[in-house]
Amino acid sequence: MKKQWPLWEIFIRSKNGLEHRHVGSLHAADAKMAMENARDVYTRRQEGVSIWVVPSKHITASNPDESGELFEPSMDKAYRHPTFYDLPDELKHM
Amino acid sequence: MSNSLENLEQSFQDRIDRGEKIEPKDWMPDRYRKTHIRQISQHAHSEIVGMLPEGNWITRAPSLRRKVALLAKVQDEAGHGLYLYSATETLGITRDELTEQLLAGKAKYSSIFNYPTLSWADIGAIGWLVDGAAIINQVMLTRTSFGPYARAMVRICKEESFHQRQGFEIMLTLCRGTEAQKQMAQYALDRWWWPCLMMFGPPDAESTHTEQSMKWKIKLKTNDELRQQMVDQTVPQAELLGLTIPDPHLKWNESRGHYDFGEIDWDEFWRVVKGNGPCNKERLEARRKAWEEGAWVREAALAYAEKEAERTAVSAAV
Ligand SMILES: [Fe+2]
Ligand SMILES: [Fe+2]
Repeated sequence: MKKQWPLWEIFIRSKNGLEHRHVGSLHAADAKMAMENARDVYTRRQEGVSIWVVPSKHITASNPDESGELFEPSMDKAYRHPTFYDLPDELKHM
Repeated sequence: MSNSLENLEQSFQDRIDRGEKIEPKDWMPDRYRKTHIRQISQHAHSEIVGMLPEGNWITRAPSLRRKVALLAKVQDEAGHGLYLYSATETLGITRDELTEQLLAGKAKYSSIFNYPTLSWADIGAIGWLVDGAAIINQVMLTRTSFGPYARAMVRICKEESFHQRQGFEIMLTLCRGTEAQKQMAQYALDRWWWPCLMMFGPPDAESTHTEQSMKWKIKLKTNDELRQQMVDQTVPQAELLGLTIPDPHLKWNESRGHYDFGEIDWDEFWRVVKGNGPCNKERLEARRKAWEEGAWVREAALAYAEKEAERTAVSAAV
């Protein structure tokens, strides 16, 4: 099969003070083109002040089939949550 | 419990019934995957082919204001196509394969784009009616079960509202203009009305995909429900413009709380779907030309990127 332009994942910071968020992906020959395309495709209405472009092949994703084992250890730790602790009602704002 | 196919399919259906979204790497039935590849790519192709009838008028827009708006709208449609191609690719098919399916006539696109744009009023009618119909469909799809498709729809819906408003404004200006301008608007409505109602697809009784699509929450409303919504929403808008919808059977039905409307010419619909509409050949030809004439650009950009990467690797090694 013919070679295609690689896939890039695009992350955008909508304004300073907020984190970059994944907005989608696109194809581009290199990082510069990915950046230009990301600007044209994902920020046509002032959606961002900063863009990250990351080659999709460099992302390691967790396997949804293993979500059980992966996330189970945090399920039985209710004591990590504030509601675990019984305090009198008179105590406001804690 | 064994991991038989039946069990997997049942727990998949349970997830959908609970309102969970399905993400690309999740297990899914083969048919769910195939249906989505077909439907999302068909949607993507529609956005891209849909640029052609409107692009036809960019150089002839009657003012700079209209021209920048139309240019921005057509550019948005390119963006929509891209969001949707990306969503399709998460299901394990390449962009090139999708394009090749379109050019080979194996993948469809919305038959509405096989009609010509004969006058400036058609640009108004398209924004008002075609984007109007698309919005009805796409708002429903923001709640569809496949995550990447639903997210693309949210983004698209945010952008569509300007498309419809600029179209309606064009119609309004023509309708408040000279008698000839108003007539141009009426002719445009006459030509686009019925093809727009066909955009929602065949009637429920004949739609082969509807039942399974509803079960998988790919669709949340049937073709006929969406079509009724379109009629109900558009009639008062046409009245506001002072235009007549070309349907002698159109009448408010008090007991249903909806407008009744006339029979759609489904022979015409199938004729256009099967490739014999007024512009099918022209549209595919334009896409093929763009794809073939752009081949050297795609190759050159890749060759340049590879060479640059090599050069950086060498200088880093020195
Ligand atoms: Fe669109
Ligand atoms: Fe649109």
